[in-house]
Amino acid sequence: MTTVATPPRRFGATMRRDRWWVQPVLVVTSLTLFGVYTIIHAIVSKYYAITAGGAHLQSPMFSPDLPGIIQFHTSLPWAFLVLWAPLGLRSTCYYYRKSYYRSFFLAPPSCAVAGVARRKYTGETKFPLVLNNMHRVFFYFAVIVIGFLWYDAIRGLFYHGSFGIGVGNAIMFINVFCLSAFTFGCNSWRHLIGGKLNCFSCTPTAQTRHSAWKKVSILNGHHMQWAWISMFTVWGTDVYIWLVSSGAFSDPHHVF
Amino acid sequence: MSEQRIEHHDYDVLVLGSGGSGLRAAIAASEAGARTGLVCKSLLGKAHTVMAEGGLAASLGNVDPKDNWSTHFQDTMFGGKYLNNWRMAELHAKEAPDRARELEHWGAVFDRTPQRTMSQRAFGGHTYRRLVHIGDRTGLEMIRTLHDRTVHSDVDVFMETTVTRLIKDGERVVGCFGYRRQTGELCSFSAKALVLATGGSGRIYKITSNSQDCTGDGYALAYEAGAQLVDMEFVQFHPTGMVYPPGVAGLLVTEAVRGEGGILRNALGERFMERYDPKRMELSTRDVVARSIYTEVKEGRGTPHGGAYLDVSHLDADYVKRKLPSMYDQFLELAGVDITKEPMQVGPTCHYFMGGVKVDADNGASRVPGLFATGECSGGMNGANRLGGNSLGDLLVFGRRAGLGAAEAANASGPVSLPAEQVAEARAEIEGFLHGSGNENPFHVHRDLQKIMGDGVGIFRDKEGLSEAIGKLEELDARAANLRAPSDRLDYNPGLQLCREVKNMLTVSHMIARGALLREESRGAHSRLDHTGYSDYWGEHNIIIEGGGQDMSLTPTPVVKRDELQELVEARKEAEKAS
Amino acid sequence: MSETAMAGGPRRLQIWRGDLTGGELVDYELETEPGMVVLDAVLEIQRSQAPDLAVRWNCKAAKCGSCSAEVNGRPRLMCKTRLDHLPADQPITVEPMRAFPPIRDLVTDVSWNYRVNKQITPFTARENLKPGVEINEKGEFLIDQADTDRMSEFRKCIECFMCQDVCHILRDHRMHNRYYGPRFMMRMASLDMHPLDGVDRLDQIADEGGIGLCNITKCCTEVCPEGIHITDNAIIPMKERIVDQRHDPLLKLLGRTPNKGRRKPPPRTETPEL
Repeated sequence: MTTVATPPRRFGATMRRDRWWVQPVLVVTSLTLFGVYTIIHAIVSKYYAITAGGAHLQSPMFSPDLPGIIQFHTSLPWAFLVLWAPLGLRSTCYYYRKSYYRSFFLAPPSCAVAGVARRKYTGETKFPLVLNNMHRVFFYFAVIVIGFLWYDAIRGLFYHGSFGIGVGNAIMFINVFCLSAFTFGCNSWRHLIGGKLNCFSCTPTAQTRHSAWKKVSILNGHHMQWAWISMFTVWGTDVYIWLVSSGAFSDPHHVF
Repeated sequence: MSEQRIEHHDYDVLVLGSGGSGLRAAIAASEAGARTGLVCKSLLGKAHTVMAEGGLAASLGNVDPKDNWSTHFQDTMFGGKYLNNWRMAELHAKEAPDRARELEHWGAVFDRTPQRTMSQRAFGGHTYRRLVHIGDRTGLEMIRTLHDRTVHSDVDVFMETTVTRLIKDGERVVGCFGYRRQTGELCSFSAKALVLATGGSGRIYKITSNSQDCTGDGYALAYEAGAQLVDMEFVQFHPTGMVYPPGVAGLLVTEAVRGEGGILRNALGERFMERYDPKRMELSTRDVVARSIYTEVKEGRGTPHGGAYLDVSHLDADYVKRKLPSMYDQFLELAGVDITKEPMQVGPTCHYFMGGVKVDADNGASRVPGLFATGECSGGMNGANRLGGNSLGDLLVFGRRAGLGAAEAANASGPVSLPAEQVAEARAEIEGFLHGSGNENPFHVHRDLQKIMGDGVGIFRDKEGLSEAIGKLEELDARAANLRAPSDRLDYNPGLQLCREVKNMLTVSHMIARGALLREESRGAHSRLDHTGYSDYWGEHNIIIEGGGQDMSLTPTPVVKRDELQELVEARKEAEKAS
Repeated sequence: MSETAMAGGPRRLQIWRGDLTGGELVDYELETEPGMVVLDAVLEIQRSQAPDLAVRWNCKAAKCGSCSAEVNGRPRLMCKTRLDHLPADQPITVEPMRAFPPIRDLVTDVSWNYRVNKQITPFTARENLKPGVEINEKGEFLIDQADTDRMSEFRKCIECFMCQDVCHILRDHRMHNRYYGPRFMMRMASLDMHPLDGVDRLDQIADEGGIGLCNITKCCTEVCPEGIHITDNAIIPMKERIVDQRHDPLLKLLGRTPNKGRRKPPPRTETPEL
């Protein structure tokens, strides 16, 4: 059994014995399915709101509700006009970057496992990946979207103006809560709120920002978990709304 | 082999050893304008100083404003049972605060007080909270700071280079000889002044908290070059080292475990410190706790693995994990023990050498012209027992002084050259290890040496055991004359490395055993079963070791005092009597 | 798990023996004691079977970072890896780190790291520190524990260089002359986050340091024996500071630049080559 101490160039070469490939396979599968599903629903551009019985439960993939809020009507799949912000946030997110660089780009597929041989590796220094540095811009827009999602969730509590509560409401709130935890655990936000300071204690403002930074840091410590949880809550919420609005079953709720 | 070229380098000041004191000395010498070389046996930044956990004792008075140098001096003297070099204890106490601040200016980061100054923690034997620290890795912080400073100075660093011999021209040390470990290439250095900063020699014991590099090279090199050594019988055994599993036996369990409320029990469940020091209990001085644990085990009340139980499971689990994170990890990972639920098993482990090369306190000069020593390699500062935290201060204060002293000596010196016959001798020694007719395996000799030292020159000593050990060491001398590395390759040869180290350790072992036999009393870290009390005579005398080979001579020499410090020392003695 | 779960018994190790010209895994059988770590086994083999086996080690307490190697394909400190935590039914492979040239057997030439460090201007206090606010009358710095906490995480680094070893930019792409590696990204982060430091190293981090090459795949964080969050707490914050300096259109518009008042470091003398 002969090995040479220069690094193995053959893709996948490693001395690891564990099943390191499981994780990339799971990531590829779920991200692909989510992406394909999102595009399909955006193109279908129907069944994205539950309106039966005076309800208004808007799918998070179709928020802000352009036709509802600014009377923007089109036969084209308008969701793409709003989807870019949250999808941009996710695709430039430091956590998602890690996971797609590993699982899709195979650079590297897992730690101490040789990646795909490249003529020239440039990391995030060249177009288009250098654009990942624009993460904070997507964050700004995503915050606006989060605002609309909270608006949607609260609006959903009113059925023809009367307060009501149901399974759909619960799902809406869980989803927006998880999305907020993901969005406000963002590494760029953590930087902007306080991480960029060289001195945490030098001014009263800096001290306030330091305590905010500490709180964001707690969320950020679980950024990966929130990334996955919130992706699945968005997905689940959308599926629920699709099913109910297409008449598969009705949303159990009680109006006071 | 005889064709092999010898790589040669020439410096004003050459420092051997890259721990805290060596780095500090090299920085000082370089900043004083000397062309400086630094030789280290391992990679830069890996020296044993990284193991220091507690902190650096300096009377900054940030936490206890009453603290000052004279109290620190008194504490050091009391801890050392008044055998210290008074001037060293004085300089250390006076200069440690400056050295601590300087370190910060070089980028070290220490824990803070609410007033944003350096925080200081309490430690055994210190009257006030005095130890500047960062978590439980103060030594690492120090070494990294000094290492970065060195890398960006004009000091040339020779990593993984072993020095086997000092070279003298007449009475004077003019350089040294050795080899580059990575290639086996021989090398020589000429230097107008040479600083030994090689640390201690814990590897003469099997159970030690010391790194594998701690083989007493500096003690032996200095001795062979004609320097004097002082009080080598004082070897500090840290009371709490791991005893199980066998591979990690000796690994340090920090004093902070007891500081945070850890309780010592024997196999019967008794809190045995009640019998040995009911007042201070677990937080008694290191020598007392170490002896107590040893006695419990010796008398049959030890744990299954031959130690005592050290228990923190009564404390809140989260608190333990927060305050003692590395201990929690260490036991969970290496021993499979969750210290928040089960007691640890601990026993004494060889930790520090109070003795060392006798030097001039002000500039680190040994008796031999051109030869300086500092840090653990030098002796006198700590007397019969070292207080925790005083070693890190020692490194900085005397490292700097030795570096300056060496630079000054180099400045006053003309060019030096290495006498060819000595170079040839040094070379022959290495070639002998590789190709000679010897048949003694250094690994075996080392193992036997550790057994002799553990059995006869351990924590408790008596005349019979010491005499027997000295006899056995003499037998080992004969075997050590026949050492040969099991492999004759040049590059990275662990056997070759050990050949010379075993010889050094053997020399050090002789010093310790003989000093211990001569000192007929129990004081500080030296405990004689046949002389259990203090002796007035020995309380006034250091043991000076000098000679060469079999002619090792040990001479009791009166402790050199200083009039201006007399008052402070007397005041402390009075205060002790009164309490 | 308790002590009784520790297993000894016979084990087989496959240790890479060789040098720059090549090498192979060599089988060694040995009888192990309970609780043994990989380093114990390697040293036992050195003592009893292979006296010329080259291995670098020192403190054997996971504090010096000398004994880094790849155990069963993953970078590990040999002194901290228990044999009985590795699958008992297979031999244990022990290889040198792959990102650095082998010297012999398990010893690699890590001198490149020291050359990189030499290119990084060390801490230099800002001129005109404010008396009473940043420095006291005794010349002692005034720094808050909050700032200390953030910097000291990075200063826990023991320089085992396993993060450098596992980083694919160095390991696979061999771009040692373009990227300083996680260890030194972290070093520069700890300097940039020092409230009293007076040097602006951002250009160096982006240009010679090559932080843009890092694709934050976090293997450095995974292997760190000190548990330092290298990616989240050092590299990403530094990437964000570079965004502040170079990419953020809003800050550009406002004319805001980071590290105001810090001076540029002296030009670098060399590009560290492997």
